[in-house]
Amino acid sequence: MSALTDDSLPVTPQAMRDEMIVFAAMAVLLGMVPLTGIYPFFVMQALCFALLACAFNLLIGYGGLLSFGHAMFLGTAGYCTAHALKVWGVTPELGILVGVAGAAALSVVTGFISIRRQGIYFSMITLALSQLLYFIYLQVPFTHGEDGIQGIPQGYLFGIFDLSKPTVLYYVVLAGFLGGFLLIYRTINSPFGEVLKAIRENEPRAISLGYKTDQYKLLAFILSGTIAGFAGSLKVFVAQNASLTDVHWTMSGEIVLMTLVGGLGTVFGPVVGAFVIIAMQQYLAGFGQWVTVIQGVIFVACVLTFRRGVIGEIAHYFRRSL
Amino acid sequence: MQALYAQLLVGLINGSFYALLSLGLAVIFGMLNIINFAHGALYMMGAFCAYFLLNIAGIGYWPALIIAPIVVGIFGMILERTMLQWLAGLDHLYGLLLTFGLALIIQGVFQNYFGSSGLPYAIPSELQGGMNLGFMFLPIYRGWVVVFSLIVCFATWYLIEKTRLGANLRAATENPTLVRAFGINVPRMITLTYGLGVGLAALAGVLSAPINQVRPLMGADLIIVVFAVVVIGGMGSIMGSIITGFALGVIEGLTKYFYPEASNTVVFVLMVLVLLLKPTGLTGRAA
Repeated sequence: MSALTDDSLPVTPQAMRDEMIVFAAMAVLLGMVPLTGIYPFFVMQALCFALLACAFNLLIGYGGLLSFGHAMFLGTAGYCTAHALKVWGVTPELGILVGVAGAAALSVVTGFISIRRQGIYFSMITLALSQLLYFIYLQVPFTHGEDGIQGIPQGYLFGIFDLSKPTVLYYVVLAGFLGGFLLIYRTINSPFGEVLKAIRENEPRAISLGYKTDQYKLLAFILSGTIAGFAGSLKVFVAQNASLTDVHWTMSGEIVLMTLVGGLGTVFGPVVGAFVIIAMQQYLAGFGQWVTVIQGVIFVACVLTFRRGVIGEIAHYFRRSL
Repeated sequence: MQALYAQLLVGLINGSFYALLSLGLAVIFGMLNIINFAHGALYMMGAFCAYFLLNIAGIGYWPALIIAPIVVGIFGMILERTMLQWLAGLDHLYGLLLTFGLALIIQGVFQNYFGSSGLPYAIPSELQGGMNLGFMFLPIYRGWVVVFSLIVCFATWYLIEKTRLGANLRAATENPTLVRAFGINVPRMITLTYGLGVGLAALAGVLSAPINQVRPLMGADLIIVVFAVVVIGGMGSIMGSIITGFALGVIEGLTKYFYPEASNTVVFVLMVLVLLLKPTGLTGRAA
């Protein structure tokens, strides 16, 4: 049976250099966005989803675990941050902290439960857990049910940065994205990441080598969920609301789609995938429900014809690691 | 007490749908090793098929009960031949992703043409009205759904566990290469099995049309509950799917009576409990 990411290259000094060059180029390009005429709100939203997709990719691409419930971290962190900002009136940095802590706590609990089964069962369990959470958020009072939490104050980050100014907010979101991205990059190139890849390739062998694979997988799940939560907290400042759509399982499907389009198990794939999908939703909004159909067609096309995704195909063509 | 019996009945009916759907998933999983995410969409297609038959061709409920599963089953077999068969040998997760994409396409197309609201489908005249059982009033159609789906479930169980065809099928899931060497056309068997599983979903769709109305998203949320049912049951056996499906429907119905706030979540909570106590599921083998 061929794995989801069957032709990932070994980490060589050259691969590291390639990846650092691409990272620098990406950072510079994204840093220049406010100087161009591109709608910053769109890029900010895409950055939040890119970080989310990267966090998701950490789990599937390096741990071989397909979580179909990652929207629960996005939504939970969003609700926690929004509630802290609006009702408790805390500062933005504390709001983010509350959101990330909420997502981290959730990922500990859900990870402990879902890690007990593998493969498609793992996917179904994460999906069911996120749907459980969806119904809870629909009923508990603090989320305001169908209305969601709206009109969230943006405030001053660290008392200095005025987040109500689009350019300031943009650079804060960009810094958050780059920080999260580097954290993931560091993780996958660490000894911990190597063990994760070993588990992905052959779990029984990893066990026989003496690794407690469940602990590694759980840790990866918690890390992934926490970073996904960070993306959710950042998104609250961009969208200024937290709603049920962020927790619904269709959102989890979109996260999977973004990563699949960009390339499962590639470093930059999820970023590209997120930009492609968010741009598509932005510019195809006029088609109404047909957007769902188009997304479905992309899903099917990706699985049938280009399983490596955009970045995966490019990397495969040039025989480089991206 | 009346309300309790009524909720128990609702639970049994939901349980019939859970059982039929998880049974179809189990049959497909056994042969194709694919968790058919499109199952909910195909269930919805079954209901729409009955609706079209009635409103376009004037064909009523009884023929629809046979025609709709066949039509949707053939549609499923086309999907298997054109797409799913190319995934053989790849990671299981690709099957999940592909069928998820198919579900989005099918549901999206139906939503475009029919919106999100429900279309009514009348209960056939023979099954209208109800019976007074003494302790409760039983609408005949609802009783029929429970009895009929029980019969279908056990017929499927008999087909797979007790007949020669079923023996071949089970052998092919164990060792397809060897079964091919005996001269059995395994790819055709896989296609037919997918058709059978899909047909079961469509049949559930026709059964549910008069109760739940015909909506494009009628399968979308149901399928996730069915996945939870599958995790709880473990999909190790056909009988396991049937029993778990009905049992969870009843538990859900009881929750609706005693603690309605939890009725949406009780199946998922049970799933968590089962995973903590017995990770392989109630009847399941290790994955």
